[in-house]
Amino acid sequence: MTALEIGVKPALPLHLRVRQPDCLIALILLTWIPLTFYVMFGFYLSDTVRNFVLLPAIPATVALYIVAVVSWRESPVAVIGATLVFFWIFVAVAAPYLPLIDPNKPIAPFAEVGALKKDHWFLLGADFKGRDMLSRDLWGCQRVLVWGITATLVAYAIGAFFGLIAGYLGGWWDQAISLVCNIILSFPVMVLFILILNYLGPSGFNIVIAVTFASAPAIMRIVRGLTLDTKTRDYIFAAQTRGEHPLRIMIFELLPNARGPIIVDACLRLGYTTVAITTLTFLGLGLQPPDPDWGLMIKESAKVAMVWRFSYMLLVPALSVSSLILGFNLLADGLREMSMRD
Amino acid sequence: MSEQAPVLECRNLCVSYFTRAGEVPAVVDFNLKLMPGEAHGIVGESGCGKSTVALAVMNYMGKNGAIVGGEILFQGRDMRTMSQEELRQIRGSKIAMVYQEPMASLNPSMRIAEQLAEVPQYHEGATQQEALSRAESMLAQVRLPDPKRIMHSFPHQISGGQQQRVVIAMALLSNPSLLLLDEPTTALDVTVEAGIVELIKEIAAKFGTSLIYISHNLGLILETCSRITVMYSGEAVETGSIGDVFETMRHPYTRGLFNSIPVPGADKNARPLVAIRGQLPLPYARPQGCYFGPRCDYFVDGRCNQPSLPMLPVAPGSTHAVRCVRFNEIDWTTARKANGRPPVQRGEVVLDVEDLSKHYVIESGPVALISAKKTVKANEKITFRAHEAETVAIVGESGCGKSTFAKVLIGLEPASAGKVQLGKLQLADVPVQRRDKATISRLQMVFQNPFDTLNPSHTVGGQIGRVIRKFGVESDPKKVEERIDQLLDIVKLPRDFAKRLPRQLSGGQKQRVGIARAFAGNPEMVIADEPVSALDVSVQAAVTGLLMDIQREHRTTLLFISHDLSVVRYLADRIIVMYLGRIMEQGSTEEIFSPPYHPYTEALLSAVPIADASVRKRKIVVTGEIPSPSNPPPGCPFQTRCHYMMPGVCDAILPPLRQFGGDHVIACHLEQEALQKMEPVITVETRSEPADHTASGIAS
Repeated sequence: MTALEIGVKPALPLHLRVRQPDCLIALILLTWIPLTFYVMFGFYLSDTVRNFVLLPAIPATVALYIVAVVSWRESPVAVIGATLVFFWIFVAVAAPYLPLIDPNKPIAPFAEVGALKKDHWFLLGADFKGRDMLSRDLWGCQRVLVWGITATLVAYAIGAFFGLIAGYLGGWWDQAISLVCNIILSFPVMVLFILILNYLGPSGFNIVIAVTFASAPAIMRIVRGLTLDTKTRDYIFAAQTRGEHPLRIMIFELLPNARGPIIVDACLRLGYTTVAITTLTFLGLGLQPPDPDWGLMIKESAKVAMVWRFSYMLLVPALSVSSLILGFNLLADGLREMSMRD
Repeated sequence: MSEQAPVLECRNLCVSYFTRAGEVPAVVDFNLKLMPGEAHGIVGESGCGKSTVALAVMNYMGKNGAIVGGEILFQGRDMRTMSQEELRQIRGSKIAMVYQEPMASLNPSMRIAEQLAEVPQYHEGATQQEALSRAESMLAQVRLPDPKRIMHSFPHQISGGQQQRVVIAMALLSNPSLLLLDEPTTALDVTVEAGIVELIKEIAAKFGTSLIYISHNLGLILETCSRITVMYSGEAVETGSIGDVFETMRHPYTRGLFNSIPVPGADKNARPLVAIRGQLPLPYARPQGCYFGPRCDYFVDGRCNQPSLPMLPVAPGSTHAVRCVRFNEIDWTTARKANGRPPVQRGEVVLDVEDLSKHYVIESGPVALISAKKTVKANEKITFRAHEAETVAIVGESGCGKSTFAKVLIGLEPASAGKVQLGKLQLADVPVQRRDKATISRLQMVFQNPFDTLNPSHTVGGQIGRVIRKFGVESDPKKVEERIDQLLDIVKLPRDFAKRLPRQLSGGQKQRVGIARAFAGNPEMVIADEPVSALDVSVQAAVTGLLMDIQREHRTTLLFISHDLSVVRYLADRIIVMYLGRIMEQGSTEEIFSPPYHPYTEALLSAVPIADASVRKRKIVVTGEIPSPSNPPPGCPFQTRCHYMMPGVCDAILPPLRQFGGDHVIACHLEQEALQKMEPVITVETRSEPADHTASGIAS
């Protein structure tokens, strides 16, 4: 008899209760909804609401980070990745409460790293308009994170849905969906982005549409492959023989079992999407000034930073982007490694 | 026993694997002495360490495995002291191994000839010419037809049975003194298996090779080996000559194992099987003392749980030894029997299948327009009836269309022609999507693979509850939960399993949940597609017993699909024998197992290994392999392998149906009298114990 078989479960202590799925979902929503709302619709809110909306997200982020480190402690790679990612998420939710000066306020143009000008320490210097680089860098992560994750999620929802249909229903559906996907995939991604954004006009929501268009076909292929594998399992036949609706089979029986590879791929894809958004913004097709954003910072300082002395203006946002992407990639690696081990 | 030196000797061998959870002892204190030309069987259930023994003999355990104690002497030399280079020389030349999956043992991108020639080229430095000619003659010696063609084939171009023969030929090419066979026939069909077993016996006699035969099937060991070791949870629990262990077993586990095998004497009503209670302990959670202690009826506190129990000889100087301190005190004559019960009376006709056919159209060609359309007749003119509370078994080898038939019945595939009547409802061309809730709930299914039958993402209770709500048995959440608890009680699982995920369950437990799920909607009829074939024998007995109990109580009709004739004989009331999509013979269990036989049934019966030393079988040679269902032979489907084959008749005309009283029907060209004159295939020698009416019933 294994230890598992012994009678009644005692009430869970707090640190285990936090790790229950429903509790984790609540924490994620608690972090995510305020942040998204703040970034996407912040300008509709009155100042008082604006000041408080992100407050509950801070403890939620910290709690999620602790849970992540504890559950992934066997993989140092995943813990390092999670640390990088959660550092930026924490900065994003805490930005309004950190002792930072207004990122859009010009103070001392070309103040160098560590300079003290006009009663302000420019720890990371100031850009050519005299705005504090540290403040801009930390505020900038908000938009990259929110738009990057939103775009990936939307791409996943659509890609996974079509993947499930193509894989499960097969036949005519599969042929049609696969054909469309192959056509989209045959375009160079950047050309596709530029086409879509030129047509729709540059904005955050249009970035989501563009990323969805470009990523969904690849996601669809992954989910389709997983579905093809899973749909021959007996539990799918069992669901069919009790007359379940195909949609229910797809969403409740097939999708949960594809989650492992999907989560790993999503982490990698978050990295690509961050790169894409930064690149698009750099090209002037993405998020618009004056609010800080890493791509925008690189774009604005690209010419000035040709001069060696001012290269920090490029390096600061570039390293920030890299660290976030590295975080996502390490996380993906660690998760994959852990899933292989069991 | 001769004076020769043993080929292989294991002395107190201990093997451990080192995992994240720490050291896991896989084999503990294992002893074995193998003389030249001797065949030694190692038998045990999954996880008992029998494959680890084979790997340890090869000294090939991967990075995390190691021999932690004892010694392995191969021809007098300790293998642990050999260098990697010496080991490499020995592996494949002096010691050869045959694995379970033939397709996985052959390189799919090399022709058979190249793979075989490698062995003499590498180990003996033979020239390519010489190596190829030796390879070809070896293929002929393993009885492969047309060795020339096979030499030039790739592995995927030959059948599974032929692949396994090639693997055996490869193992024999270097003339090894020790051949390790790890479940060599488990992936094959019975008639093919019988051929391989025959070959293995022949080889042992011809080449004087010593064999270690690892299997979970006691019947196969009985047919091939002279000595046997029974393993349980990493330990040898009993070892001795076949006769000693099969006739006078002295370990409670061995006895439990034999009690759970459906041998000819067993009968679901008069002499039901007795399953071993409990479960195999996990390797890192073994009890102290006897590992079998917690599951043993003869457990005595203070004696059986003393650490490090030795192997004790049954009699002084005997080679029959057991790891049981109480073997002298147990009364071995009164067998532990389950109580017999009266047979169930069958009721009205529930299912009426008439001329049911299922054809698949396959387009074979690169372009749809110019391709020739090919019809695969998966089921052809299936006709039979099933009554209430009756168990009807469909038996056949792979590709006979038995699973397709289940799919047509359940509505996953539409029938091509014919009628299926469930009660008063016509079902043949109604797919499951168009059946109403009541119809669906009347017909449910139990699936084969315990690891696939439950959705790994949902809890056990959730999956059973879904069926209850879906079929409208209950809708109030409280009542649904009550019903789940009831069902778990019926399948003898603890109630708190409802909150578990499938990965926390063992194979047998999952299969029980699968049964609970099938019976959740109170079905009239349950189709069970090989429900026990993936389970260990002791678990098999428990699951079949459970199925029988539930059926008895609910008077459910059970359609039992299986390839295993022993299980079928044990639990079926009526049997349908299928071959290449057609019914060859049908009748009551007694009629099928006694003459007159269909020649295919006769061959099947002869091929099934039976783990009973008192059973004598008539040898019937079946040549060749099962033809592909997409290209069946003309006339009688069995004509290519039948030894009664009459040219001009059997290969031209479909055989007529011959009636033998009642429902016993045989589809054969042989005359009624010729069929009736057949001798019984299986006969049970009467033993000293009181005559058993079921056993003699089968023999008569």
